Amino acid sequence: MNIDKRLVRKDSLEKLFDILKRNSKTIYAPFTKNGKSTFRDTESFGAISTGYIQTTESAKDIAFPRTEKLLDFSKSKEGMSVKGTDLNDIPDVILWGVRPCDASGIGELSSIFNWDYKDEIYINRLSKVTVFGFSCSKSDEYCFCTSVGGNPGNTAGSDILFTLLGEEGDYLAEIITEKGLAVVDLAQNLFEKTDISGKEKFLAELPVKFSHEDIRLKLDKFFESKEWIEQSLRCLGCGACAYVCPTCACFDIQDEAHGKKGSRVRCWDSCGFSHFTVHTSGYNPRNVQSARWRQRIMHKFSYMPERLSVYGCTGCGRCSRACPVDMNILEHLISIQEVTV
Amino acid sequence: MMDNLYMPYLMRIERITYEAPGVKTFMLKFVNEADQDKFSYKAGQFGEYSVYGVGESTFCIASSPTRKGYIECTFRQTGKVTNALSGCEEGSIIGFRGPYGNVFPLDKWKGKNLLFIAGGIALPPMRCVIWNALDMRDNFKDVTIIYGARTVKDLVYKEELKDWELRKDVKLITTVDPGGESPDWKGEIGFVPTIVEKAAPSSKDTIAIVCGPPVMIKYTFPVLAKLGFADENIYTTLENRMKCGFGKCGRCNVGNVYVCKDGPVFTLAQLKELPDEY
Repeated sequence: MNIDKRLVRKDSLEKLFDILKRNSKTIYAPFTKNGKSTFRDTESFGAISTGYIQTTESAKDIAFPRTEKLLDFSKSKEGMSVKGTDLNDIPDVILWGVRPCDASGIGELSSIFNWDYKDEIYINRLSKVTVFGFSCSKSDEYCFCTSVGGNPGNTAGSDILFTLLGEEGDYLAEIITEKGLAVVDLAQNLFEKTDISGKEKFLAELPVKFSHEDIRLKLDKFFESKEWIEQSLRCLGCGACAYVCPTCACFDIQDEAHGKKGSRVRCWDSCGFSHFTVHTSGYNPRNVQSARWRQRIMHKFSYMPERLSVYGCTGCGRCSRACPVDMNILEHLISIQEVTV
Repeated sequence: MMDNLYMPYLMRIERITYEAPGVKTFMLKFVNEADQDKFSYKAGQFGEYSVYGVGESTFCIASSPTRKGYIECTFRQTGKVTNALSGCEEGSIIGFRGPYGNVFPLDKWKGKNLLFIAGGIALPPMRCVIWNALDMRDNFKDVTIIYGARTVKDLVYKEELKDWELRKDVKLITTVDPGGESPDWKGEIGFVPTIVEKAAPSSKDTIAIVCGPPVMIKYTFPVLAKLGFADENIYTTLENRMKCGFGKCGRCNVGNVYVCKDGPVFTLAQLKELPDEY
């Protein structure tokens, strides 16, 4: 659902950045250091990375931070006092330069954090975020968004989606949501009326490599397959895949205390870690790496579609890029589709 | 429900009962009466108990919802949090959030015989439903409890076992593993599955509720099958590792079933549909 389409000139982006800054917006944008790019609070337009196919880390921590304080507690003579996270402290954020696979991943994360029990902290953080998606004009061998229902110009999850219109450097801005429209209202003259249609020729071409619906059907009878063992023999259980994934939501809850004060925090976790499901008795229902690898794939391509009606993979390919032993999720999904049960 | 899902109620430890080596029961009362008034739960549900500064741990609510004004939990001192809990004194404040999960369908069981089979530290998750049933005793026919532990010392709720022993409307069979008996032990000697087979309770109009260590459960189910129990009439409660308690942290699922939301109470018929990952 698009509200409107506008043209943003090449040199208007910097002006937009400045206007947003003057309106006290915090801007999270890709920032590259030592070859790794992450979303950071950015003060200068010039520091924003461009031309990346994909950032090293996803943008999910804007709503689901790596470490999130859930509550503070303090002990005194009068007793125990416990205070929840102050949701008023959350700043208004523009998430700038997100690729469509990351933007659509926000919807998948949200389906987990809204499943019956509404996670107020996540919901509040996300409500303060306006997403500036940037379509992809390039892809690499790890990308497979078109195989999981996305595409290089997918508007899902973005409030405004910018598409680079060839060499001149102008952008088509698709205003997707009311939040996006609110940004346009701040900088009316930078968003020029346009009758451009058809952004497709400016997008990366990415052939479909497999069908996620077929994978899902295949997985119904695949639990006992030896393929899981084959695929995961080299898996180190390091969890890098989960940390860079835009939809992985597994977390741990821990207390941090210093003297009589402390906090309870939620931190990212991974189903690939060997201790993830260990019972207190020492018994572990997922006691081998192949069972943990199976959980990762089954969760994203079978359990989430069944329980939450969304797939837990956007085809960003980050897990394959990050894997220290070159496990490639695209190759593994294709072989799941091809292997006979 | 509170706004912040992770915000526990403050609970005062009203009474501590020493049950067995390393095992204690806490009677907990709400520090804020308003919390008490709006709190309700049913037998079978669980919660997250926490020591501030140490962390949270998952156990069932071991007391019956028919006993108002407090909740109880029974735990064995094993890990970081249970060690810290064990170090708490009467009057200490701990955290509790819940209740989570599904319940034992007592209403559905009305008019039937109830057979409770528990091993070791797994009597606590069953105690809530035992007392709940006994507090509405007229609704059920025969109530049989078969409970075993490794040694006489390891039997929990020793005072309640005496109560049940004396009650005419409860048939209690206690057993200890061979070698675990004391000189004055008058109960059975043998593993729980063997004792169930020996007692041979009738499966006619009977619901069996089984809870214990995996190995006990594994060998008890076939005995019940031999006695003619249908899979739909055998219940158990799973205790997978959890952090959140409401389907987000990603730990407790068995296939596409989340123990925290869809369980912890399952029938054997339901378990047979699940992959072997519990």
